[in-house]
Amino acid sequence: MFGFKKSTADQNATAEQARPGFLARLRTKLNRGSSWLTKGLIDLLPGGKIGDEVLDELEMRLISADVGVETTERILSGLRKKVARSELADLDALLAALRASLIEILQPFARPLHIDTSKHPFVMLVIGVNGAGKTTTIGKLARRMLDQKFKVVLAAGDTFRAAAVEQLQVWGERNGVPVIAQATGADPAAVVFDACQSAQARGAHVMIADTAGRLHTQSNLMDELKKVKRVIGRIDPTAPHEVLLVLDASQGQNALQQARLFHQAMGVTGLVITKLDGTAKGGIVFSLADQLKLPIRFIGIGEGVEDFDVFDAENFVDALLKPVEA
Amino acid sequence: MFDKLTERLQGVVDGLRGKGRLTDDNIADTLRQVRMALLEADVALPVVKSLIESIKASLVGTEFDKAFTPGQILVRSIHQELVRVLGEGVRPINLRAQPPVVILLAGLQGAGKTTTAGKLAKYLKEKEKKRVLLASTDVYRPAAILQLERLAAQLEVGFKSSDPKQSPVRLAQEALAEARSALYDVLIIDTAGRLHIDDEMMKEVQLIASTVSPLETLFVVDSMAGQDAVNAAKAFGEALELTGVILTKADGDARGGAALSVRQVTGKPILFIGVGEKTEALEVFHPERIASRILGMGDVLSLVEDVSRQVDIRQAEKLAAKLKQGKEFDFNDLHEQLQQLEKMGGLSAMMDKLPAKLASKAAQGQMPNDREITRQIAIIRSMTSRERRFPKLLDASRKRRIAAGSGVPVSEINKLLKSFMEMQKMMKLMSNGGMGKLMRTFAGRMPKLF
Repeated sequence: MFGFKKSTADQNATAEQARPGFLARLRTKLNRGSSWLTKGLIDLLPGGKIGDEVLDELEMRLISADVGVETTERILSGLRKKVARSELADLDALLAALRASLIEILQPFARPLHIDTSKHPFVMLVIGVNGAGKTTTIGKLARRMLDQKFKVVLAAGDTFRAAAVEQLQVWGERNGVPVIAQATGADPAAVVFDACQSAQARGAHVMIADTAGRLHTQSNLMDELKKVKRVIGRIDPTAPHEVLLVLDASQGQNALQQARLFHQAMGVTGLVITKLDGTAKGGIVFSLADQLKLPIRFIGIGEGVEDFDVFDAENFVDALLKPVEA
Repeated sequence: MFDKLTERLQGVVDGLRGKGRLTDDNIADTLRQVRMALLEADVALPVVKSLIESIKASLVGTEFDKAFTPGQILVRSIHQELVRVLGEGVRPINLRAQPPVVILLAGLQGAGKTTTAGKLAKYLKEKEKKRVLLASTDVYRPAAILQLERLAAQLEVGFKSSDPKQSPVRLAQEALAEARSALYDVLIIDTAGRLHIDDEMMKEVQLIASTVSPLETLFVVDSMAGQDAVNAAKAFGEALELTGVILTKADGDARGGAALSVRQVTGKPILFIGVGEKTEALEVFHPERIASRILGMGDVLSLVEDVSRQVDIRQAEKLAAKLKQGKEFDFNDLHEQLQQLEKMGGLSAMMDKLPAKLASKAAQGQMPNDREITRQIAIIRSMTSRERRFPKLLDASRKRRIAAGSGVPVSEINKLLKSFMEMQKMMKLMSNGGMGKLMRTFAGRMPKLF
């Protein structure tokens, strides 16, 4: 009755799938053309034997990539054991073991987002610290949903930062997506409540709510966020159906702390990791998967809509390990 | 922000205490722990290495006075080294040139440039009494120009409107022309966030800089930045003639290693740190204090500076005069004080500066949190002006009315009343007014803490 029929074959749930071409882009962007992790390692193997020198170098490279001391130690201790048992004869064997261990860390958490179409609408709440890329992510997310023939409504829940509402509205206008907004300074819970009602009335499939950036240590602002969540629950007790935490990959180990505190307050159901196109190398992704055990939904590797896609563990690791084919 | 590093270093030191003497082995072990602590704190690897080298150099061959524990020696060395690295060349912002003085802000996306531009404008307007013009050259991010315009309006400083269809260089030129013709003292130019590996964008910001020849070219960096901060800083330092660094979002719990990395790689001083959501949350950078904070000594000095800037001196004097006349401290006075506390970014902003031990004590609920302050203000606002002046009037029926008015249970009102009585007693004990006394009132609100 609300027009929930979709043109896609799967009526109940739609699994997000990585688009073709993204892997190639991922490789180019993540590596800047060569692998930071494996480049030149062969020079550290005089006589071709795996020794401490190459392992220490790997350790250093992992730490320099924000993998973090703990997770790096975990990866390295596995490799060291294998070396001690003489299981790794040459560099290829070492790299294969490294690949396996990296995939093992990521695989369980590479879980794409499922849009449950029985929800009217499927409510997504997007949260994160200041400057993580929430609003930009919402733009790209909405674009994907539109392409999948979902009807989308956005809620301008960042009522704090100057012109944040307008930033979302500009995007909404360009793409013909309704943006429910009130003035700067309005109660974000009220805006999101309105947007939920409006999304229902419009028969939207998906409602994505933006929120103001906040540091995870500001308890009053975290309380404000909890209120937004509670208020959504009044319209649909099962909502929000997805609490997406946006994390900036160029941030270091504090990203873990952010995720922990946001999760504690809000019950995060998925992560989006943005700005992987710096030279930050994406090591924080391993740290996050290893220590937080939250599903990683999407990654962003640039400003364009095509630079945003589903997170795939094998693709990601391969992009790190294998240089771009000439 | 530096609490975690502090915690780690304290752990290291505790591990050493009681061993009596440093041996080659336990130096190596300790230095390895320090290295790990610094890496976990997001200090970039090359910076960690050079830091460890100089600590080692200062430790090896030194005769230790037995009056010190090895832990103290270590802490002193690390502290000295942190102060040295963080503090080299720290200076006030440079405004000594023929106006308009141009300040250019550059950095990665999401570092906080636009917010910082606003905070800096407020700082220069209020502390340096300058006429400030804000201008944006960010034609890429939707509504970025509007964001700066809103900030400028809020802060009542000048704003040069920018047409997003123009080139950023042209916009910068126009802003400079405007600053000249309208006789502004300072022009702050905000730029779009850019990746340091984006050649085209780096050329653009280079071009902007050469067009407006800024006196200060400041690199804005997120204090939560990871290992790559070092590369970003290097690239921005090569593209632009940086003169300084502004560290943002330092009110979180990031370990803050980026501060060390960026400082060492750019060779430029950190001039300011951003410490909160509000536009006044920008502080002059103090290396000794930050280094002390890393080592758990707290940052009480910054706190004092905060209080003296924010507390309205006129109101303080009014209160002092009133008390001098033998009048009692009443709810109107408490109301003012609570509001000032709120203005300073709330207790949590102040807490951040206390030494780790005091802060953790406070976190265990011996101090009112920011929410309680808001609630207390609400309670006072629900009183009649007579009740505020004569708290003794508050009987059960009045309390019920106030409770209904402020949306709290009556027990909350009793609680407030009780601590108010304590404060009143203390005020009576103070013979003379003045700033120092007023500040002690804040302390008086947290009797168990101080």
